[in-house]
Amino acid sequence: MNKKSMYLVLGVVAVALAFLLGGMIDLFPAEEAAAKPEFVNVYTSRHYGVEPVFERFTRETGIQVRFTTGSDAVLRERLRAEGKNTPADVYMAVDAGNLWLAGEAGLLAPLESQVLRDNIPAHLRDAGNRWFGLTRRVRTILYHPDRVNPAELSTYEALTDPKWAGRLVMRPATHSYTQSLVSSLIAAHGPARAEEIVRGWVANRPTLIDSDTRILEALAAGQGDVAITNHYYLGRLLQANPQFPIRVFWANQNDRGAHQNISGAGVTTHAPNRANAIKLLEWLATAGQADFASSNHEYPANPNATAHPIIVGFGEFKADPLNIGEFGRLQAEAVQILDRAGYR
Amino acid sequence: MTNNTSITQVVRDKRPLGLLSLLPFIVVALTLLPVLVVASSLFTPTWPVWQHLWSTILPELLLNTAVLLTGVGIGTLALGTSLAWLVTAYDFPGKRTFEWLLVLPMAMPAYIMGFVYMAIFDFAGPVQTYLRAQGLDALVFWEIRSGFGAITVMTLVLYPYVYLLAKAGFAEQSGSALEAAKVLGSSKTRLFMQVVLPLARPSIVAGVSLALMEALADFATVRYFNFPTVADGILRVWHGLMDLGAASEMAGLLAMLALLLLLSEQRLRNRRAYHQVRGKGQGLPTMFLGGWRGLVAAGICSFVVFAAFGLPLTQLLLWGSRELSQLTPGTLAVYVRLAANSLSLAGIAAAVAVAVALLVASLTRLKSGALSRLLTRVVTTGYALPGAVIAVGILLPLSALDRSINAVAVAWWGVAPGLIFTGSIVGLIYAYTVRFMAVAYNSVDSSLEKIPPNTVLAARVLGATPLRLITEVQLPLILPGLMAGAILVFVDVMKELPITLMLRPLGYDTLAIWVWQMAAESLWASTALPALVIVLAGLIPIKLLLSQSK
Repeated sequence: MNKKSMYLVLGVVAVALAFLLGGMIDLFPAEEAAAKPEFVNVYTSRHYGVEPVFERFTRETGIQVRFTTGSDAVLRERLRAEGKNTPADVYMAVDAGNLWLAGEAGLLAPLESQVLRDNIPAHLRDAGNRWFGLTRRVRTILYHPDRVNPAELSTYEALTDPKWAGRLVMRPATHSYTQSLVSSLIAAHGPARAEEIVRGWVANRPTLIDSDTRILEALAAGQGDVAITNHYYLGRLLQANPQFPIRVFWANQNDRGAHQNISGAGVTTHAPNRANAIKLLEWLATAGQADFASSNHEYPANPNATAHPIIVGFGEFKADPLNIGEFGRLQAEAVQILDRAGYR
Repeated sequence: MTNNTSITQVVRDKRPLGLLSLLPFIVVALTLLPVLVVASSLFTPTWPVWQHLWSTILPELLLNTAVLLTGVGIGTLALGTSLAWLVTAYDFPGKRTFEWLLVLPMAMPAYIMGFVYMAIFDFAGPVQTYLRAQGLDALVFWEIRSGFGAITVMTLVLYPYVYLLAKAGFAEQSGSALEAAKVLGSSKTRLFMQVVLPLARPSIVAGVSLALMEALADFATVRYFNFPTVADGILRVWHGLMDLGAASEMAGLLAMLALLLLLSEQRLRNRRAYHQVRGKGQGLPTMFLGGWRGLVAAGICSFVVFAAFGLPLTQLLLWGSRELSQLTPGTLAVYVRLAANSLSLAGIAAAVAVAVALLVASLTRLKSGALSRLLTRVVTTGYALPGAVIAVGILLPLSALDRSINAVAVAWWGVAPGLIFTGSIVGLIYAYTVRFMAVAYNSVDSSLEKIPPNTVLAARVLGATPLRLITEVQLPLILPGLMAGAILVFVDVMKELPITLMLRPLGYDTLAIWVWQMAAESLWASTALPALVIVLAGLIPIKLLLSQSK
């Protein structure tokens, strides 16, 4: 038993060391990247549908795309910690607040590109040219036509009316979707009025579900009549089931327009393959626009690109022309308002 | 009497342990490093944030955390201990199978169980839809999106910790204590409450504290249930208020709660000696349950296995079969790569964690004293911290180390070797060891406790070096405990999320990461196949463990 147990321990240690050494072959990623010049490394929190789009980019340009996914905050911490040694060339994020934060933290370098300036409208990109929106996601009012007459709907603010008590389904305060929406309220009305509006929502006792898809399914099942979600979740549900009953109502069409956000990207400050990174962004803003946006049923940021037929079917609408960067600047305040108003 | 004392003195004072005695301190230092990095922010509290938190959500977070811990503690204690006793002391139809079936829920992560239960039991799910269609809505007594839902799901996921360790505790008991009690006229209940249970107490307490620390650190599952706890608060502050400093401070609060838990566990274990007369128990005699009693026992076991494992598994299989019909070879290749990554990471981490835990536990036993005890308690703190916090605590010093190595290498040889620690799996393994040391340590420690001190003293007097002591004396006796610890760490790493997210090398993804990404986007069908692989992979070592310990 003595010898056996010793051999067991030695064996385990040997196997562990073997694996460790094997794992350490990935020791010099920077070197590996430098050996193959046509490379671009992407840190992205937007991971759905990106593979086929990147593959198309590789086919058209010959540049290989390697990407690591993670949540926005985590990727930013990683970039910050890696500093000059980062292998990442591009930081791609969902929600303008995240891009704004990366820009403010000095993680993204300003970039001069005529292509990007021409194809991405000014309010969808950073004034300092550090990041650029690539797709638009609109957070608007969704309703069940059997129980709600669209004539009763108008604005996000109007949902504070007591007639909606017990009929609302919304996303909790922890998600950036809700935080950005409240940021847009702050930008439009100021913090005091924005807090009043949020308190009004809370007074209507909304059902809070931490998944837009689940929110829409709840609406369809009868748990509530009206919800605020991102448009593309309905796009996905309709793609799977064309009979899905929920309809889109574009909010605030008679004033500022519906709340929109972006997913977008920027080139990192210490990018090892800066030229390739710029090529990727420019491609995504032009030739890749339709594919990139449609892969998630989002609206393209480039006004000349075509959108997915399902969301084209949602109709024309006016979107809030507020500069997207404001959502980042106002996010902390939005969270405090949500906390104070009791919106969990 | 004086002879005994002098032998003890001889062993303690005149046989120096040499360099090995430093090992526990080194391990403790390495373990504390991320904790210290995070805790150092406590010295610069951001008062405005705390003022805001106190007047808004902090009281609710603290209350919810207390409710969650109480609920999960009672639930896992009751469920785990009673089930362990049922399969140890009784024989009933299917008992052999149920013994290992009851461990299965451990292979299913709480965050998977959470959204699957939600999908099944919430308003739009199949159960309530069916009840509404039959006009039976009144039967719906549950609001799954609540603390009740969170406690239920977490109890079902975490009871196997208590079950496994209680079972090991019962199995390691020798029959002689029971026989003595029976001869002295003890009734069956008294037997259980006053002989068996107290003897198994270290193991049971260890199991419950593991479950509680897991519940304390969880932020993903509680979010589904709209039940924010302090761990969730850390992320609210970090991502919402975008204040990593304040988030680290909140993490410090969480660490203090964890310390409180650990101290109470120490108290509950108390200082009585738990060693058995013959070193390793022969096990307890079983009583046969025939007729309806046997069926009831089998029924209870079936229900628990169904609720905690069968039901979510079925839902995953249904989603998975839908996925399977649309599967491409490209996606399959991706899944295979993910599985390979997950398995190798888990295997290495398990080996390292158990080896370190064994060395630290046995060495501190040779040098027992209040300081050593405190240090070993500290080593296990990592388990209560959210993985994301440990990851930040490790990322910062390791990347500083990488930066200085690069600076030095460039200065001396003109070559930058790149990110050595943060770019490979070394950082990951380090973080996993810190995070899961408690799991390995509790298991190893409670097993070592069963070895009579006389055995150790005898070995030392006979001239064994500490290494021989460990490999030839203690190791064979505690092998079941070691294996239990290794399995627990393996499964935990397979399921682990936040550390892997932050510290993995570029492109090195695991199954858990994929599942989380898909679940975050409510693409539940896409979670199914990788989730099933996680569960499957978790099953194999469990089966091994159980056949090993027979």
